[in-house]
Amino acid sequence: MKQLIAILEGIGNAVKLLVRAACFAPTLPRQLPRFMEQCYLIGYTTLPIVAILSFFIGGVLALQAGYSMESFGAKEFIGSLVGLSMARELGPLMVAILLAGRVGSAITAELASMKVYQEVDALVTMNIAPERILVLPRLAAVLVMMPVLAIIANLVGWFGGAIVAHSVDFIALEPEKYFETLRRYTKFEDVANGLIKAETFGFVVVLVCCSIGLRTRGGPREIGASVTKAVVVSLILILVLDYFLTKALL
Amino acid sequence: MESCHQTRNPFSDTETAAVGVTIEHLSKNFGALVVLKDVSLSVEPGEIFVLMGPSGSGKSVLLKHIVGLELPTSGQVLVGGLDAAAPETRARIRMALVFQAGALFNSLSVYDNLALYPREHRIANEAGIREKVMRALQILSLENTAAKFPSELSGGMRKRVAIARALVQEPQLMLYDEPTSELDPVMSATISEIIATLKDEYHVTSFVVTHDRDLALNIGGRVGILMGGQLVMVAKPAALHNPEDPIIADFLNPKIDLKNPRFKQLET
Repeated sequence: MKQLIAILEGIGNAVKLLVRAACFAPTLPRQLPRFMEQCYLIGYTTLPIVAILSFFIGGVLALQAGYSMESFGAKEFIGSLVGLSMARELGPLMVAILLAGRVGSAITAELASMKVYQEVDALVTMNIAPERILVLPRLAAVLVMMPVLAIIANLVGWFGGAIVAHSVDFIALEPEKYFETLRRYTKFEDVANGLIKAETFGFVVVLVCCSIGLRTRGGPREIGASVTKAVVVSLILILVLDYFLTKALL
Repeated sequence: MESCHQTRNPFSDTETAAVGVTIEHLSKNFGALVVLKDVSLSVEPGEIFVLMGPSGSGKSVLLKHIVGLELPTSGQVLVGGLDAAAPETRARIRMALVFQAGALFNSLSVYDNLALYPREHRIANEAGIREKVMRALQILSLENTAAKFPSELSGGMRKRVAIARALVQEPQLMLYDEPTSELDPVMSATISEIIATLKDEYHVTSFVVTHDRDLALNIGGRVGILMGGQLVMVAKPAALHNPEDPIIADFLNPKIDLKNPRFKQLET
């Protein structure tokens, strides 16, 4: 019962935070430097690890598909399998998980320490809403950067698959054939569905991490506990949302 | 209105009305823990009111009620006649709280810490903000710290930067939470002088929470003693030299008794 109340309280706080931040949306143009800084942190600094992971996930997909399909002579369809898997599922999911682990944890740690060391209280006494300068730029930045990251993850993953499919001896699939089936079976709607997922995951992760960070009370130990909680809650929400979004978008 | 009830702007020649604080039957509970019990007091516009009391007596919680960071369980706090718990009050009355640990924004330089308020409230253009910030730093003798980050400052400097940041807000009411804690005696005296100067020169109403008896005796207009969440005494500083209540007397002038130490009395 206590846990249920805590979950409902957490949802309520996140929704309240979102509504308050949304009320300050008209101030976003004035916060361009803060917005750009968050775009840099969420997008640019996450890009290398997104690229590395996507490349290898695409490669592993091609490897597994090649191993299975080679026995019944369908290896030219590796391209379609990698294309659809990356676009509809693995690209957005992997970017969201990386976002939770890398950016979400950093957001919670920063906001939680600001709360614990009374910097948030100082903002309130200055009549500067924390939701306006701490939450809104992050939410806006994640909405802009998530599709970009997901598209890059898809492209790198597709190329990773092509390179592996071509270079591994027992597959040895020509890139032309790989991309021909990829293009034939991966439609624009598949990519768009993936981007909707990425956008939803990213937004929820940043909102949850901000909400947990700003509700931290206590000292350094509680900051650590908040970071762990934020990452765990984000990962659970990503997977739960993934199921429902997949069902809705099929 | 008399000139002493006008807060003079440190950055221009304009004056605004100084504000008073009225606390009426304020009580605050955190769950089963009663922190404040039926506290009533009033602070006159332009006055320095010093609130003293043992650790854990509820002084900082009372301060947070004045600035609207805590909401009363019962009773009310009025700042300039407006309910301190209402968010609009912070928009209508300029209040500044100097936190015990400074609460400086660690990711911003000293200059940006001070410039945040005027930038966010679009009080002046960047040149005007620069002038204001440098003037505040000059008042607190901190001109050389503008480019430094809070982590590079000593405890005394952090406190002074926190006061400078509060000053930039051109406050009608300044609240100080333990402004001299963790400072050496000279720096404590300096901070006390700064608080008194801000009152004398700019007629800012000041509410100071402290353990520092010297500060209370030297700059306080009136001193209140809070014990166990209750306001047990409000008097002029002169009355603190020989209080009648033995508990207050022991708090204000504790004697070190090596033959019968307090901690051993607590054990028995």
